[in-house]
Amino acid sequence: MSVLELPRPRGIRMTFWRGALGVLVLALLYVTVMRFTRGLGATTNLSDRFPWGVWIGFDILCGVGLAAGAFTLMATVHLFHIKRFEPIVRPTLLTGYLGYLFVCVALMYDLGQPWRIWHAMIYWNEHSVMFEVAWCVMLYTTVLTLEFSHIVFERLRWKTMLGVMHALNTPLVILGVLLSTLHQSSLGTMYLIVPEKLHALWYTPALPLLFYVSAVGAGLGMVIVESYLSGRAFGRELEMDLLEPLGRVMMVVLGIFGVLRLDLLFHAGVLGTIFAPVYESRMFLLEFGVGVVAPIALLAFPAVRRRKGGLVAGALFAVLGFILYRLNVSITGLERASGTHYVPSWMEMTVSVGLVAIGFAAFAVAVRWLPIFPESAESGHGRGSGH
Amino acid sequence: MSHALLLDTTRCTGCGACAAACKEQNHLPPEIDERTTAYTWTAVENHGGVNVRKMCMHCLAPTCVSVCPVGAMSKSPSGPVLYDSGKCIGCRYCVQACPFDVPKYQWDRAVPVVAKCIMCAPRLAQGKPTACAAVCPTGATKFGERDALIGEARERIAAEPGRYVDHLYGLDEAGGTSVMLLSGVPFGQLGLRENLPHKPLGQLTWAVLSHVPDIVTLGGSLLYGIYWITKRREYVRRVEGGHGEERS
Repeated sequence: MSVLELPRPRGIRMTFWRGALGVLVLALLYVTVMRFTRGLGATTNLSDRFPWGVWIGFDILCGVGLAAGAFTLMATVHLFHIKRFEPIVRPTLLTGYLGYLFVCVALMYDLGQPWRIWHAMIYWNEHSVMFEVAWCVMLYTTVLTLEFSHIVFERLRWKTMLGVMHALNTPLVILGVLLSTLHQSSLGTMYLIVPEKLHALWYTPALPLLFYVSAVGAGLGMVIVESYLSGRAFGRELEMDLLEPLGRVMMVVLGIFGVLRLDLLFHAGVLGTIFAPVYESRMFLLEFGVGVVAPIALLAFPAVRRRKGGLVAGALFAVLGFILYRLNVSITGLERASGTHYVPSWMEMTVSVGLVAIGFAAFAVAVRWLPIFPESAESGHGRGSGH
Repeated sequence: MSHALLLDTTRCTGCGACAAACKEQNHLPPEIDERTTAYTWTAVENHGGVNVRKMCMHCLAPTCVSVCPVGAMSKSPSGPVLYDSGKCIGCRYCVQACPFDVPKYQWDRAVPVVAKCIMCAPRLAQGKPTACAAVCPTGATKFGERDALIGEARERIAAEPGRYVDHLYGLDEAGGTSVMLLSGVPFGQLGLRENLPHKPLGQLTWAVLSHVPDIVTLGGSLLYGIYWITKRREYVRRVEGGHGEERS
């Protein structure tokens, strides 16, 4: 059995994390009951002035963005045939899939009447970005499920279905890249409708492009961070020969994003305000410093990039900066026009943190039972998705 | 024929009869909130001594109609912007996107819907003016046909240029609205946005959304092309590299 060959997780740490997870899940259950019996007003700090909070800003916008590694690596290996990245495709696919499941579940908390989610399938409004977003979530989650089912079928040694999945592989990967491209950019397009509300440091007609480029960068960052975390948890060696080039590509993507961002601010005539002593400018500098300047400054040095610590630190900065960018667009940049200051309630935070924690736990369970890492696939019949 | 309202803030005394009539007409709880909420569809706000009534502006090309993923919002040809609570999934994109901050949510309910002024659509269908216009004692709210009201607004400004700022709010804002306002002070001082584009906001997102088919078709072809070329290149490399025959 391939499962038995996997290194056992270290006992004491896992116990601590299991305890923390248990507490979080209990809190999440309480909040869930409150949310669906008392409504959004009793559980969140949302209001008519600030109708979208951290469930949209973090759970949806960041959840989708941080899952971008899946389509990026699937395209790299299966469409561009850069096969050497194959060993890290499966953990990345798992991260992306869990990311989308996280988004779907979080959406159930945020929607006022989530049991009507299927309405988007029968009542169409093709002029609505939210309509496009809804379809992208539904279709790409389906694509990820199918792509992921390949791994499950392999574990079950279900040869008929493996054959079917093998035939479907290329169309699915192409569909996945298209849907991801639409979905990542459409989350930026959503904010094109509020030119009078979103602060000039974040509003630009190029929001869809910025969201897309930043998601690719953050998705690659997540691959490195996730490899590091699973390396620590399962005592695996980091695939530095694969992750180092990914770090280099990420640096280039972040560079493109940074130059584009500054250029757009220049053309909007607000580049001069980034050092102004106001809340928005400080948040911009934080976002740009953490998400663009710091990772590039670290990864630009080959000596830093080739060391595990340096590479992971650069990737971590990129991911944090990405989260700050999404939160700035969805929260910081809208506060002044709304006339309020939004801070999420503890119950909103519990849902976000609790669901992320469950995601981590699901990752840990999945890698133990499924052929996710290369060493667990050596028995059985190889990596079917590789062709 | 498109119904409309002209709100003349210089004539409003802030008596609140409009808000009370609205409550009765639409079967809303009688307490009148200071600002509009899901249960108070119109409220008279006082900004520096000026009374200004807030209500749905009933845009000609409404932002809420463009953003709603399930088409719960619609613009009626006779003027009102209507809301179908049976379709609404509660994403609150309309609340976020409305340039006039009109749609409100029932934050206190476990099964919430959006709520806002519907320009007394049932009364309009009976040939009656809106409840607020019918009850207004000073003529600060005037009901009529949009073009006629625009003409009247211009006459009022021309007759008393000292009384009004030379602008009819809602004539062009966000592509034009069915509810328009006159004021003696700049509209920004009344809690109304002055930085709105003069075209429907939905055009901003449609400019991107309309390219979705291009991305799918061109992107799909491009990706398949890259797939085919790189696969072929790999195949050729394998064969020439002497690794023997392999299936493509």
